[in-house]
Amino acid sequence: MSVRTRTWVFLAGIAGLAACYVWALTGLPGFGNYPGPYGDILNHVAVAQTNATGVVSAINFEYRGFDTVGEEFILFITAVGVSTVLRHLRDEHEEPDGQEALTATGPESSDTLRQATILFIGPVLVMGWYLGLHAQTSPSGGFQGGVVLATAFLLIYLAGQFLVFRRFSPVAIVDATGAIGAGGFAAVGVAAMLQGLPYLDNFLPLGTVPGAVSSSGTIALISFFVGLEVAAAFVLMVSELLAQTLLVGGRR
Amino acid sequence: MSYLASISQGAVHTPYTVPTPMMDALQVCLLVLVAAGATAVVLIRVPVRQVLALSLYGLLLAALFLAFQAPDVTLSELTVGAVILPVLVMLALAKVRAQGSGHPSGDKRERDP
Repeated sequence: MSVRTRTWVFLAGIAGLAACYVWALTGLPGFGNYPGPYGDILNHVAVAQTNATGVVSAINFEYRGFDTVGEEFILFITAVGVSTVLRHLRDEHEEPDGQEALTATGPESSDTLRQATILFIGPVLVMGWYLGLHAQTSPSGGFQGGVVLATAFLLIYLAGQFLVFRRFSPVAIVDATGAIGAGGFAAVGVAAMLQGLPYLDNFLPLGTVPGAVSSSGTIALISFFVGLEVAAAFVLMVSELLAQTLLVGGRR
Repeated sequence: MSYLASISQGAVHTPYTVPTPMMDALQVCLLVLVAAGATAVVLIRVPVRQVLALSLYGLLLAALFLAFQAPDVTLSELTVGAVILPVLVMLALAKVRAQGSGHPSGDKRERDP
């Protein structure tokens, strides 16, 4: 195909796309107008039904909990995939004295970076747990909390201590945490079934005060498990990539 | 169906605590900034700088979500878009660079196209 013909084909395609796009835009509801019934219904009934004032979490872990199980396992399988792809291959080798060489000549962090990150590690850990455990009360949840927790481990690395990072996140423990998180979520659903309820039905007492930390039954529990799983998945992915980058040499 | 209709009538609107024109201005500013940021991420061709732009873009997007009253999404975008995603890309770049070092063409990607 000559350049000329190609250009024409491209122009025809882009014109068609633009026309369809404009057509679709004219059919959109007005800015800020929500046409569907579900959001309005949930805004009315969610707090009364679940005692969770974090309605977004109530939706994620209760009304569409089954979808969230699927999303959870997407992340779980992604982490499994990353660690499988990045495992030490037969023709790769860990740099001889890699660990010693790393501490001696590895990338040095400046004192400023080191002290700033060390200052941040504690507050970030607290923030992560806070977010993960308050899904039922305020805008937060296990996913956000889990990622913030993983960030705390990243800060340990940024403080210049890859070895400490590895010591704080041994692969076996991280793997187990991830498995407990993902399995725990699924198990909450099975526990409901064992009592003759639908999968993921909220079988725990909802508490009496809407928005109290102890309220909302399984929503808070699921958020906790999601937090574990997400934190472990991200720590695993980052540490596998770090190990590949810093310790594993090229092919012999 | 009448039940659904009756609920839809009384939609819940959380009013802004600042005057609406101010909120409109903020939202428009953020929308323009996000569009500019996305364009910048596409146009920057040096991978490391591109990752930094991507991180900044994640931050802008998080601010946008906050301005549109979606704090849950803000938190997710802030942590994943502004921190974890850039870090993962950065690590992959470092690995590629480590493998390419010593190779004559290894430094090519440092230069602007």
